[in-house]
Amino acid sequence: MSIKLENVNYIYEDGTINRFRALKDINLEVNDGEFVGLIGHTGSGKSTLIQHFNGLVKPTEGVVSYNGEDIFGEKYNRKNLRLEVGLVFQYPEHQLFEAEVLQDVAFGPRNQGLSEKEALIKAKEALALVGIGENYYNKSPFELSGGEKRKVAIAGILAMEPKILILDEPTAGLDPKGRDNILELLKRIHGERKITVILVSHSMEDIAKYVDRMIVMNKGSIMYDDSPKKIFRYHKELEEIGLAAPQITYLMQRLKESGYDVDENATTIEEALKGLNINA
Amino acid sequence: MLKDITIGQYYRENSIIHRLDPRVKLFGTMVFLVSLFVADNIFGYIIATLALLGVIKLSRVPFKFIVRGLKAIVILLLISVSFNLFTTPGTIIWKFGILKLTYEGIYNAFFMAVRLIYLIIGSSLMTLTTTPNDLTDGLEKALGFLNKIKIPVHEIAMMMSIALRFIPILMEETDKIMKAQRARGADFESGGVLRRAKSMVPILVPLLISAFRRANDLATAMDARCYRGGEGRTKMKPLRYKKGDGIAYLVYVIYLGLIVGANYL
Ligand SMILES: Nc1ncnc2c1ncn2[C@@H]1O[C@H](COP(=O)(O)OP(=O)(O)OP(=O)(O)O)[C@@H](O)[C@H]1O
Ligand SMILES: [Mg+2]
Repeated sequence: MSIKLENVNYIYEDGTINRFRALKDINLEVNDGEFVGLIGHTGSGKSTLIQHFNGLVKPTEGVVSYNGEDIFGEKYNRKNLRLEVGLVFQYPEHQLFEAEVLQDVAFGPRNQGLSEKEALIKAKEALALVGIGENYYNKSPFELSGGEKRKVAIAGILAMEPKILILDEPTAGLDPKGRDNILELLKRIHGERKITVILVSHSMEDIAKYVDRMIVMNKGSIMYDDSPKKIFRYHKELEEIGLAAPQITYLMQRLKESGYDVDENATTIEEALKGLNINA
Repeated sequence: MLKDITIGQYYRENSIIHRLDPRVKLFGTMVFLVSLFVADNIFGYIIATLALLGVIKLSRVPFKFIVRGLKAIVILLLISVSFNLFTTPGTIIWKFGILKLTYEGIYNAFFMAVRLIYLIIGSSLMTLTTTPNDLTDGLEKALGFLNKIKIPVHEIAMMMSIALRFIPILMEETDKIMKAQRARGADFESGGVLRRAKSMVPILVPLLISAFRRANDLATAMDARCYRGGEGRTKMKPLRYKKGDGIAYLVYVIYLGLIVGANYL
């Protein structure tokens, strides 16, 4: 069970002078149960890439396959694919449309063919997961704050219980607590439901803390694909493309350079604490 | 599907046509449209065709790109052609029930189709070669005399340019919204008319909300930069006629002369 991209190229507005090659020769396989972080500078093609995973955009060249089947094959049912591969978009405004929050979250489950009652149950569960209380059920999604909208949008996908969950910068616009809640939630669902999670983020700290595998994009190509620990060793190269290693890694390196016996490859605060080699 | 709507789109290039004063192009489009209704025999249409092809060639806009705009009117075209084909009275060639195909019908339908197609190509040539800004500048200047009878020309031109500017933005937005709803299993293609109409709700609501939000933001931004309408406003790049523009007007006169002349052939 996996998503596989082979030699994928994607060109926006092909055949016009605004033609823009957003993805270049992408080769990638995401296996079941992985927790993958996708990072890259603004405009590096992250959002374009993840829309290939559930067949929302068709590669200009190359093949995308899910469980070994070409998703753009003639008889392939892409609607079913989308019910299994959930994608939370970068901007929640594009997704919300119902008059009430609860109804909006129930839209996905209803499309899955669940009865009205079952769909509402799923919706309520999902809203509880993201921390949206019952007093919000009948509010209009458009009256919510940016962060609340985002939570509702995430709930809208969680309610569908996808096997693969892809989130495009799910923590943008959330306060530190809201951000931690969402990330912890993802981690918990990943463990409990044994699903694959693909997380697009600009925060090196979040990536270092939660993901097992990190993919770095640069100008439409994959630059690194490895564990966060290994990739953050290339912090110079990352800086050149507008990214960076987590702050704590820099701190540990400075300490090391100043002659202290510490682990300079620590990427999270917890690791750094251990790497300080203090017997406290 | 959405990509086919090229109305109001600009094609960046640096051709003679692109460099013409927008007023010249506006006027030229009008001359061309009028000429299509003045011409009443095949010779007139040959002249119009040659003129159109000439301008397309000069504009250096790929033919493919111009024809794309026609896809949006295929249905309209089919309807008007079939109406003309079967409802024009005259010499009957073929009959099926109440449908009568007449010789006059074929003639009318053909010219109707040509007129419609040329109308669209002619006006899209203007927008393809003129930026929305230039276009509204041109309109504002050309219609400036209406100010005297208290018609707010500048405001109308501004509204037009904003509307034109928003077409591609809203189309892109529609595309994104459709994707977001498809990701939740929405289905826009199958089902009967009613179901399909219903399936549009998840697209239209976010689109309308976003359009209003954008309009509101834009108004605030304009206010914040002290926009206060046309009175006493000067231009950074005032329109000024150049030599090529004069030649273009001369060409229009010759063209109209030829079209009118062709009617007597
Ligand atoms: N609809 C579109 N038409 C044309 N070009 C586009 C379109 N969408 C994106 N692009 C271009 O493709 C490139 C990649 O865009 P994409 O949205 O995938 O970037 P991203 O990595 O998600 O960036 P961000 O971090 O800002 O979300 C950008 O340079 C962008 O300008
Ligand atoms: Mg993006």
